[in-house]
Amino acid sequence: MKQRTSLFGFLGGIEGLAVAGVLILLYAVLIITATPVFTGYRIYMSFLQTVPPILVCALGLTLVITAGEIDLSFPAVVALSGFIFAWVFKNFHSPLAPWVGFILALACGALVGYVNGLLVAKIGVPSIMATLASQFFWYGVTILLANGLQLDIAGVTTNIVHTIFVGRVFKVVPMQGFWSLGLTIFLWFILNRHKFGEEIMFIGDNANVAQVMGIDVAATKMKLFIWMGVIAAFAGLLLTLEINVFYPTQGGGFLLPTMAAVFIGGTSIAGGLGSMFGTLFGAYIIGSLEAGIVATTISGYWVQLMEGLVMAASISLNAVLAAGNVSNFSTRIQRWFKPMRANHNGEESQKDDTVSR
Amino acid sequence: MAKSPVKASALRMVNVEKYFGSVCALKKINLEVGHNEIVGLIGDNGAGKSTMVKILTGVFPPTSGELYIAGRKVDLRSYNVKQAHAHGIETVYQDKSLGEKQVLWRNFFIGREMTLPFGFLDVKKEKEIANEIMVNTIGFRGKGITVDSRVSKLSGGERQGVAIGRAMHFDAELIILDEPTVALSLKEVAKVLNFVHKIKEAGKACIFITHAMADVYEVSDRFVIMDRGEVVADIAKKDISLKALDEFLLEYSHGMKDKAER
Repeated sequence: MKQRTSLFGFLGGIEGLAVAGVLILLYAVLIITATPVFTGYRIYMSFLQTVPPILVCALGLTLVITAGEIDLSFPAVVALSGFIFAWVFKNFHSPLAPWVGFILALACGALVGYVNGLLVAKIGVPSIMATLASQFFWYGVTILLANGLQLDIAGVTTNIVHTIFVGRVFKVVPMQGFWSLGLTIFLWFILNRHKFGEEIMFIGDNANVAQVMGIDVAATKMKLFIWMGVIAAFAGLLLTLEINVFYPTQGGGFLLPTMAAVFIGGTSIAGGLGSMFGTLFGAYIIGSLEAGIVATTISGYWVQLMEGLVMAASISLNAVLAAGNVSNFSTRIQRWFKPMRANHNGEESQKDDTVSR
Repeated sequence: MAKSPVKASALRMVNVEKYFGSVCALKKINLEVGHNEIVGLIGDNGAGKSTMVKILTGVFPPTSGELYIAGRKVDLRSYNVKQAHAHGIETVYQDKSLGEKQVLWRNFFIGREMTLPFGFLDVKKEKEIANEIMVNTIGFRGKGITVDSRVSKLSGGERQGVAIGRAMHFDAELIILDEPTVALSLKEVAKVLNFVHKIKEAGKACIFITHAMADVYEVSDRFVIMDRGEVVADIAKKDISLKALDEFLLEYSHGMKDKAER
């Protein structure tokens, strides 16, 4: 059976393409309006350095939102993991210390995720409340442990961990750009080609169906929150390594941009479907807006207004191109051009079925 | 009772009871479904039909009683959904058999994925088999429906067809249809009944749960009527016409009502 595919249907089927289009359009506009800045390579290198921590969080959050849950606690994990690494690095001078700190930081992320999972999957607290409480709690823990002080780890710049994760390839391209891209591809495979990802999609789609088909819903959610914790901890590590300092409120501004990146990327708030590449481009849209608008030399007061506009536009585009709307949209266009033929083709009779349902 | 002399009955429930706290949902249920027999299970809301389905499919255990599948006794302490699948019990629900936003090939294998090493899905093989089920087992001739279509594009009857086809593919001994025709148009109901005929042709047993008499009469070999947690009648199709069955049920429900008022 060959399905009649329209151009719109075909393009809409490529994951993240619409969002990529918005990103390219955004850069095109910025190249015209802020020519000196956006024709040089430096601004792009700077995006590759500032966007990855948010992108990494957003990738994890894409999994969580696909499962029909939410995690608000990841900003606290960004702070906690940064602290763990910085503290171990400062207090131990063995050459292994940075690696131990790195692993410990990821383990702490897993711990936070585990506690979130217990609250949500075992006790049954709605995830928005459980993880909100958890955000407060773990920020509190971090501030207590750090005595409210920042930790300067300038010495890390010569360390191999620094080189591997946030070094510069050919002295220009930030490594974290590659790590976050690699994670995007890896998590795409997990979500779309792995048992775990399929379970996540079915749980987000309809937890009852998942249960009667033999999925252990509670265990899968548990696993999911642990993944989210580890991924957020990795984001915290990228951030702390890049800026060579831990500060107790780090990650504080991450929540809204991260969620915006996921939704701009086309992941449905209703759960069931998630788009990793959409999130990738969404994060770069969010991360490029502020610097971009400032570079156009229009007043800084415009920044938020423009951000809101671009977000609304890309989310609307996603809604139009979302599965189901694509074919409606393209048949509508065909009907404008060939009103008589459209009334007699197969899709019309199928529509009748839909109505009678 | 249409019990085959060679094959053990597909399902036998002996004195199964279920209490929720002190509320008795099922009272000493004894039910047998023969090999390749289609049993229509009829009862009003609250008759205990869904409780029974949930016990059979391993969602929760009964308070007491015994369960035999294809002659083998089931250990109810370790019985769960996966065990039920392993024993060959497949269930098609009114509305929760399929993930609506997911593509068809995922729906065929959810919970029983074909995997490559490290838990990655063997997408190519899953799609091949899904296509095979759609074309050969359920005879899908739906326009423009492929294994890559999303369930939300299918009509209600087609969805039940997919769920039934899936059940047949996994070599079910017994397929439980839990009110599969509720909320469907007449045309779609006809499609579902056609799928039920295919179950019979394939030599499987089936429990068809419903309160729509006309649907179940055509396809069933025998009728079991439940009320308030009890089996109140067990009638072979050859012993009763649709009209008589209808009247019996009406009388029965009126009788119960009168008794309650008295």
